[in-house]
Amino acid sequence: MSRITDCFSELHLSGKKALIPYLTAGDPNVATTLGLMHALVTNGADLIELGFPFSDPSADGPVIQRAIERSLAKKTTLRSVLEIVRQFRTTNQRTPVVLMGYLNPVECMGYQKFTETAVAAGVDGVLLVDMPPEEGHDLQPILRNAGLETIYLVAPTSSIKRIEAICKQSSGYIYYVSLKGVTGASNLDVESVATNLARLRKYTKLPLGVGFGIRDAESAAQIAKVADAVVVGSALINRIAELKDQDNYTLAQLAQQTSLIADMRKAMDR
Amino acid sequence: MSEHLIQHKTYNFPDQSGHFGPFGGIFVGETLMPALEELNRQYERLKHDPAFWAEFDYDLANYVGRPSPLYFAERLTRIGGGARIFLKREDLNHTGAHKINNTIGQALLARAMGKTRIIAETGAGQHGVATATIAARLGLECHVFMGVDDIQRQSANVFRMKMLGTNVVGVSSGSRTLKDAMNEALRDWATNVDNTYYIIGTVAGPHPYPMLVRDFQSVIGREVKEQSLKQIGRLPDSLVACVGGGSNAIGLFYPFIDDKQVRMIGVEAGGLGLETGKHAAPLSAGQPGVLHGNRTYLMNDADGQIIETHSVSAGLDYPGVGPEHSWLKDLHRAEYTAVTDDEALAAFRTLTRSEGIIPALESSHAVAYALKLAPTLPSGHVMVVNLSGRGDKDLHTVAAIDNIKL
Repeated sequence: MSRITDCFSELHLSGKKALIPYLTAGDPNVATTLGLMHALVTNGADLIELGFPFSDPSADGPVIQRAIERSLAKKTTLRSVLEIVRQFRTTNQRTPVVLMGYLNPVECMGYQKFTETAVAAGVDGVLLVDMPPEEGHDLQPILRNAGLETIYLVAPTSSIKRIEAICKQSSGYIYYVSLKGVTGASNLDVESVATNLARLRKYTKLPLGVGFGIRDAESAAQIAKVADAVVVGSALINRIAELKDQDNYTLAQLAQQTSLIADMRKAMDR
Repeated sequence: MSEHLIQHKTYNFPDQSGHFGPFGGIFVGETLMPALEELNRQYERLKHDPAFWAEFDYDLANYVGRPSPLYFAERLTRIGGGARIFLKREDLNHTGAHKINNTIGQALLARAMGKTRIIAETGAGQHGVATATIAARLGLECHVFMGVDDIQRQSANVFRMKMLGTNVVGVSSGSRTLKDAMNEALRDWATNVDNTYYIIGTVAGPHPYPMLVRDFQSVIGREVKEQSLKQIGRLPDSLVACVGGGSNAIGLFYPFIDDKQVRMIGVEAGGLGLETGKHAAPLSAGQPGVLHGNRTYLMNDADGQIIETHSVSAGLDYPGVGPEHSWLKDLHRAEYTAVTDDEALAAFRTLTRSEGIIPALESSHAVAYALKLAPTLPSGHVMVVNLSGRGDKDLHTVAAIDNIKL
């Protein structure tokens, strides 16, 4: 059993839904990112999606674009992000970490080398936004053999044929993109999300996470009613963007700055 | 089978899944996958419809002014002192470059698909103008994404687009140039995918774009074949074209792929010199990677981050290249080389003074390499250089280099 599977079965048993924050590693710097990961767990996060930066994030809205630009300005690399995970694992062996980003840095490192380093660091899954299942035929077997989950996206525009194919190739969980557009957009429609998730459940037993457009405790609670996991990115990044580029924040300070996650946790568990 | 769809004996790319060997493919977020599948389905249907190509041909003849001449550049040939140099005069097309061939084809596709809103990216503004032009003619709403740095460098083309009724959207993310404009266009498309058609300006992007842009631009090479047979009684010995994304080069090369005796040479932007790292020559000095929906040769650093490119020519200032060029390079069917900014500028002046033709700075790269190569070849050698665009848009750039204020 993988850490991701364990995480979802435990939540299922206790009747809770997963809360998954996304943060861009290296924003404002790698030391603070490590502190933020622990703070997010303190605030009730169940799984962390850790973004590694790419110079051309064409599926992201302005909030995450700017986080990535700040991270790149600090010369954050895929290697340094993997190092953050390794350090996180020295004190936390429980919370699953999914690496999220674009394919090119992974290609550049090499599929084999990336997979070995990720496993050694304690990564649990990989979500590459610009690698649809059709293009995953080389990387995915390597990830699978190493015990890493491959998380794929499903969009409101996905046809039944695509949904079937995506479900077949996915492991860990499936990330349902709640709206047409890029990360951080604002036109969330809970009813249509519910309809689409019901359609999706016919093709998979995997947990279904929903992201894009979830910005506060209320929308998190609404989505938690229909999904297995709530993913929050841009709304959290907005809070993180207020942090200064210093490396001596205390856990309490970082937990305070990301109290949005604690609020969401409370609302989701109510 | 329409003459527009060239059937090669041994070369049949892309394959069903949009790959040119290891290159090409579809690397986009899931939201866009269904839109690309739909585009592919529609194009596969329309490309077997004679009425579609009849309308395309009609527009190329009566609106663009095709065929464009194949012109023997006698004085340029004398300066080269070797091979006979012919110029394919794409600069004489309506809007002044080869870009319009593609925007006409894609706008017809957009209309057939019932899309009412057009978006495009542009660097130098040539593709933006060609898109704005066809949108005006078809009465379609049009938004063109352009890096804010390019907006400053290419103010005349920005004004042309606005005159044509297009909304020019400044992009201030990343390096604020062409690649960032393309990112922003992809974001807009993902958001407005229901009513919007994205007209990509070159043979890059996710499948089916590299294929359909190639098919529309292949009119260049088809005409050269015909004209060459008629004017000199045989095929040319070599073809020379500049390569940024590579649409004018593919347009010229593609119909000749089976004619193995014809050398094909793509000329990249060497900027300040390949050894300086300040260039835009991924085929000459990059490595394969994934950007803007396809796998191709790229310019990136050791961590896979795309690096900023440099070229005096905004139209070549792009860190990637069409995936089919990557494949033709690896197959050794085409050769790729680079010339520097200075060499391109010298060729710009030479062609202007010797033939009375002011070339675009992009096309000047092809002319510069032709002038290097010609003296090494016998006078019986026939070389066709694609003069992909005219240079009016570059007068400000050249004047600034000469310290002249216009």
